[in-house]
Amino acid sequence: MSEIELKLKVNGEEKCWSILPGDRLSQVLRREGYLSVKVGCSTGDCGTCTVLLDGKPVLSCLMLAAQAEGCEVTTVEALSDSKALHPLQEAFLDEGAVQCGFCIPGMVLTAKALIEENPSPSEDEIRHAISGNLCRCTGYENPVRAIQRVVKEGKGGSR
Amino acid sequence: MKRRDLHVVGHDVWKVDGRMLVTGTPAFTDDFPKQGMLAGKLLRSPHAHARIRSIDASRARALPGVHAVLTCENVVADPDPSRKDQFRRIAYTRAGQDYPEPSPWDYFLLDRKVRYVGDRVAAVAADTDEIAREAIGLIDVDYEMLPALFTPEEAWAEGAPVIHDEEDCENVLDRTRNHCAGVDVGLGDVKAGLAGSDVVVEGTYRTHRMQHAQMELHACITYLDGDGRLVVICTTQVPFHVRRQLARVLGLPIGRVRVIKPRLGGGFGGKQELVLEDISCALTLVTGRPVRMEMTRFEDLNWSRSRHPMKVDARVGAKKDGTLQAIEMIALVEAGAYGSHSSTVPTNTGNKNLPRYRCANVRFKYDAIYTNLPITGAMRGYGTTQGAFALESEIDELAERLGVDPVEYRLGVTIREGEKDRVSPRMYEAKIEGPDAGWPIDSCGLAECIEKGAEAIGWKEKRARYTKENGSGSAVRKGIGMCCLSQGSGVAGIDSANATIKLNEDGSINLMIGASDLGTGADTVMAKIAAETLGLRVEDVVVYATDTDIVPFDSGAYASSTTYVSGGATLKAAERVRADLLEIAAEMMGEKADDLDLVDRHVVSHRSSKKVPIGEVALFSAYKKRRTIEYTANHVSPVSPPPFAAVYADIEVNAESGELRVVEMVSAVDAGKIINPKLAEGQVHGALHMGLGYALTEQLLFDGKGRPLNRGLGDYRIFRADGMPRMTTILVETYEPTGPYGAKAIAEIPVNGPAPSIGNALKHALGVRIREIPFTPERILRATGKM
Repeated sequence: MSEIELKLKVNGEEKCWSILPGDRLSQVLRREGYLSVKVGCSTGDCGTCTVLLDGKPVLSCLMLAAQAEGCEVTTVEALSDSKALHPLQEAFLDEGAVQCGFCIPGMVLTAKALIEENPSPSEDEIRHAISGNLCRCTGYENPVRAIQRVVKEGKGGSR
Repeated sequence: MKRRDLHVVGHDVWKVDGRMLVTGTPAFTDDFPKQGMLAGKLLRSPHAHARIRSIDASRARALPGVHAVLTCENVVADPDPSRKDQFRRIAYTRAGQDYPEPSPWDYFLLDRKVRYVGDRVAAVAADTDEIAREAIGLIDVDYEMLPALFTPEEAWAEGAPVIHDEEDCENVLDRTRNHCAGVDVGLGDVKAGLAGSDVVVEGTYRTHRMQHAQMELHACITYLDGDGRLVVICTTQVPFHVRRQLARVLGLPIGRVRVIKPRLGGGFGGKQELVLEDISCALTLVTGRPVRMEMTRFEDLNWSRSRHPMKVDARVGAKKDGTLQAIEMIALVEAGAYGSHSSTVPTNTGNKNLPRYRCANVRFKYDAIYTNLPITGAMRGYGTTQGAFALESEIDELAERLGVDPVEYRLGVTIREGEKDRVSPRMYEAKIEGPDAGWPIDSCGLAECIEKGAEAIGWKEKRARYTKENGSGSAVRKGIGMCCLSQGSGVAGIDSANATIKLNEDGSINLMIGASDLGTGADTVMAKIAAETLGLRVEDVVVYATDTDIVPFDSGAYASSTTYVSGGATLKAAERVRADLLEIAAEMMGEKADDLDLVDRHVVSHRSSKKVPIGEVALFSAYKKRRTIEYTANHVSPVSPPPFAAVYADIEVNAESGELRVVEMVSAVDAGKIINPKLAEGQVHGALHMGLGYALTEQLLFDGKGRPLNRGLGDYRIFRADGMPRMTTILVETYEPTGPYGAKAIAEIPVNGPAPSIGNALKHALGVRIREIPFTPERILRATGKM
């Protein structure tokens, strides 16, 4: 297969990458150094590869990279800098919602998209939103509390 | 140790690796740069039981981009030392355990026989994943098919085909009968106890195969460093065991192997194994090149490790007044094709469950049998889980027969502080003997757990109300059930941990531990124990773990050992640093060391209220006294104090459809002093999540030829966020005098709770006892005669 060109925006920066037509978005993002994008199954079941595509959560392992042409991709790398974390990230740490951390980038992004769409989700809506992000460590209890805390404090939209 | 005001222990902090994890910073094995690495892949057996007549890898080896293909022909009795591609045939276990590993040594790097669908046949190292996959397809194998055995019953039958017919395996109980391991131990006289009982209940309990399903797949990177030493970066809970076991298998001195554990994306026991490390190292040694291997989710789910399926026959006898006369548990255990952890997991089925009941006559027997199904292994709960389902169901049955409320009954017969656990020493790996041998129970909050849990879930009111409502004829029935649990804190007399603390000139410390945080927060717990002891804040502690070249030895993260055993080592090292600091500060301040304390980064005098920053003392020590403060301390505990718990389940079940919904679970847990409450609660929630899957939805299935039926996490159903019940966690604090700051273990115990508590709730709701998990709608309908 011959390489093709992919133009997209990642975390606000314009990118132009050579990819193979069959490359998955998760593969390409990891190859280009966005290692917060985790791969736990490659079959769209676990949600650890979740990224935001034009603000909506998608499973990057189920997307061909070529499908992201002209889109804006957000990974968790965009949410913090050396000085400050995103309120969701802080809340996850405050609530003890991070154990092994493997599912956390995907879950944080899903939560971010949820709060942007619905600034005051109920607990059921939160649970429904993150139901595609599997976690084996936390039983989801502390992550849900963390998201509720951000909702309550009205900080979900910042950054 | 002295109890004093605590400033760090018992208060919540951010996990020390938390910032790294929430920002997605590269931290896991698969995040290491892959440039120039060969891709390692396995050819796996399509057959459950077969002998390899011949294997021809010439077409694969000839494929451009292929650097090595290893088959059973590369593993020989007398390797030619001039050939890099030959390995000595050595029997070993892939279970990452203390030396000598108690598991049977029944595995070979590559063998002439395959014993389950998915068993290793050959390994390839190639330039890319695609080439490696293509090469796998070019290996020609001629198999002689052998009859396959899929249940312990058929495999243990006289005249059954022998799965391990090789004569050079070691420490197998009776390989001619596929009898992997077994014990028969007890206390008192169970026969007499049963004969003297007014009420005897008995039942056979069946548990199935479940899987860890940790989010991070098994992976490893192996390479030779500039000095020609073998370096292994891998997803392991047991770096030091991996180093020692690899050295033996590969014929290298231990000092020529270095094992590095980066962050782990969960382990739950599944990473207490050489899953890929041994074969990846072999590929590196043959090619001289870095090799990376990673399982797919399909491989990980079906062919890494799983929980031992068991059949447990339980009998319990009591006097009319409820006094327990005898408890007997007999377990038939499926080991799978190799005996990883199959001698130790089933031991816990008895020894971690029996001690919580006051009973003079107990017997526990197990037999672990090989089958031609994938390898079982270590998994959170480690055998206790299966036993708890059987015993706690029987205790409920007994209470019912005695006409006593199950909560009240348990309050009367469970062990209390100040009593002795006489069961464990007779069953434990440490084998402590003597007629009165028993471990003192110095901390036990079980009664309080039972009471607080009952109150939180509204036991009395709901038990009565549901009983009444269920008589109304509605299809939806309600039930409430509970169980009591116990586990251990490390392996007594065996688990050994070390911690090194270096005091820096600014008063901060480097804490180097062999303990292996697998996502649980162990590094944070260790940092807090050190900070508390030294009057520091958690951010003053730089934790480094785990790299066998740099950190001191630790047995590894298993058996709920880390907080208790590794924490003990950390405390000792910190106490030594503290003593030095106080001595030097006394000289600086013109005070007596006894009058000084370390509080919030300062040395303070109780006598004169003088105050000096610890950093100044450290600087003074390093450059005026020329005295470097650095200590390594070792810790081994002669006992394994059990954490205790009571778990309650409130359920709704539709008697017409079999649909079961868990409304709420309440867990009250005595884990001694809690080092970090939110992380401790997180352990309980996560364990319940896993236990709920075990009780209701998760099961590895195979077809009639031993081929896996589960394709991935789509059809192996772990609970999602929207399916979880309401969870209430109560931490009942006790003080364990042998634990650091009074702490015991917490990570494993709650996983044992859902199956028995839900089973007991089902009995309450439907009036029938279901003795097999998972509690699927089909099984529920069959039990109620609706199907």
